[in-house]
Amino acid sequence: MISTDQSVSLDINGISKRFPGGASIVLDNVSLSIAEGEFVCLLGASGCGKTTLLNLIAGLDEPTSGTISATGRTSLIFQEPALFPWLTAGKNIELALKASGVERAKRKEKAQELLHLVHLDRSYDQRPHELSGGMKQRVAIARALAQESKILLLDEPFAALDAITRDFLHEEISRVWKERGLTIVFVTHNVREAVRLGQRVLLLSSRPGRVIREWNIDLAHPRNIDDPHVAVLASEITAELRQEIRRHAR
Amino acid sequence: MPANSEIHEVDDLATLESGLDALETSVVSEKRFTPKRVALKVAPALFAIAVVLGIWQLLFALKIKPDYVIPSPQMVWSSFTAQWKLGMVWPAVQNSITRGFIGFALSVAIATPLGILISQVKFARLTLRPVLTGLQQLPSVAWVPAAIIWFGLSPSTIYCVVILGATPSIANGLAAGIDQIPPLYLRAAKVLGISGFSAIRQVVLPAAFPGYLSGLEQGWAFAWRSLMAAELIAVSPELGAGLGQLLEVGRTLGDMSLIVMSIFLILITGICVERLFFAPLRRRVLRARGLLVE
Repeated sequence: MISTDQSVSLDINGISKRFPGGASIVLDNVSLSIAEGEFVCLLGASGCGKTTLLNLIAGLDEPTSGTISATGRTSLIFQEPALFPWLTAGKNIELALKASGVERAKRKEKAQELLHLVHLDRSYDQRPHELSGGMKQRVAIARALAQESKILLLDEPFAALDAITRDFLHEEISRVWKERGLTIVFVTHNVREAVRLGQRVLLLSSRPGRVIREWNIDLAHPRNIDDPHVAVLASEITAELRQEIRRHAR
Repeated sequence: MPANSEIHEVDDLATLESGLDALETSVVSEKRFTPKRVALKVAPALFAIAVVLGIWQLLFALKIKPDYVIPSPQMVWSSFTAQWKLGMVWPAVQNSITRGFIGFALSVAIATPLGILISQVKFARLTLRPVLTGLQQLPSVAWVPAAIIWFGLSPSTIYCVVILGATPSIANGLAAGIDQIPPLYLRAAKVLGISGFSAIRQVVLPAAFPGYLSGLEQGWAFAWRSLMAAELIAVSPELGAGLGQLLEVGRTLGDMSLIVMSIFLILITGICVERLFFAPLRRRVLRARGLLVE
């Protein structure tokens, strides 16, 4: 539900996707509306088409039917940091700044600002291979923010990280979201992650992907992973998710 | 939540992250060139050279063949010093290296757009790639007679053979490097809004650089061999001295020491270019990307 005082940032209207040659429908008539400044988590098991949905929103792929309208540019962050290994952390960000039309003289300063935002002030000259997984993902976040887009799409961004790093990055992304007033669509298969971060959690069915349920979570940010409300809601959503997975048993 | 508790939390996260970052990145000590490290690297090569010289000296001492067929290392060395004093050696080395570099540079200039073309345009890939792969198999010495008829005994003949020898390797190396780019980089470029010519310049070429570099190295090896083949056959006063021509002089005079000396010079020049130019470049590129295993 979107309250009337917020404007819509992303409107997805009856999206279906079928890949050429693929027998089944990946996404079936998915509609959702995301308010400006909202943090939405898309949750689902394998085969729910959550990555496909993000690719469609990011414009990397075309829907078979339906429309997507966004109020501004979108930035997509992948599970792997996807930094260019031939450039330093700072230059990776500067490349994004350049592509966004930032003039040369201002790029270095802006890149340092963005690195400061993700607490990597000293990493400007470091190369991706010299950074840990969590640091790389933070550079990737800074690089995505360099595009000045208000809508950030994250595709299981912390799935490959260890538990400690992931915990820190949850705090990081929720801080950056608030500081920058971003609209975030966060795809995950981790229920706790979804409950900890999302203001709204949407559960997608698998094969085909449809929105089957949604939860509004009014807890204040930053949330603690041990918060009893988080735990209760997480077990409720887990039960629903398992129900959906059970449906596919043969 | 009160404002200063929030500030406190942000500070705390920054400290936590900085601590974890420090734990997860190891401090790599820069390796320095100490005399001991240099000696450990050079010693095996010196040993190999000593073994080759020893066997050669032994063959000479056994007198299996007369000394005009198998000269001693000593005789080859005297031939070298004699030729050096006559001013025959250095101009030949200089000429050959200059020709090699010019021919190689021309090949790079031709092969680079060609490699991009065959990697990006499907029709070009289907038509040109088999031709280039075929040409790569052809010993470039086969082009020498044709080139002499086309261009006469001129530098063009030599460059023609060098280009035909080196271009296919460089173009194929670049195309292979582009084919092996992880699709993730291309998706990242697209997401960042980098497309068209700037995507090729800023993402595709740098990402393909390690593959391109092996193509360049192989291309140089082919360029050098093609150059020697061309110089050996295309001998004329206008072309001046070259290592290949020096070899041909040795053959005409039946001077085996001169021949062996020329072979060594060709070998050493090739090794020097590899060691002094390509090896450091390759190390730099791989080290910057964290791909160098030391």
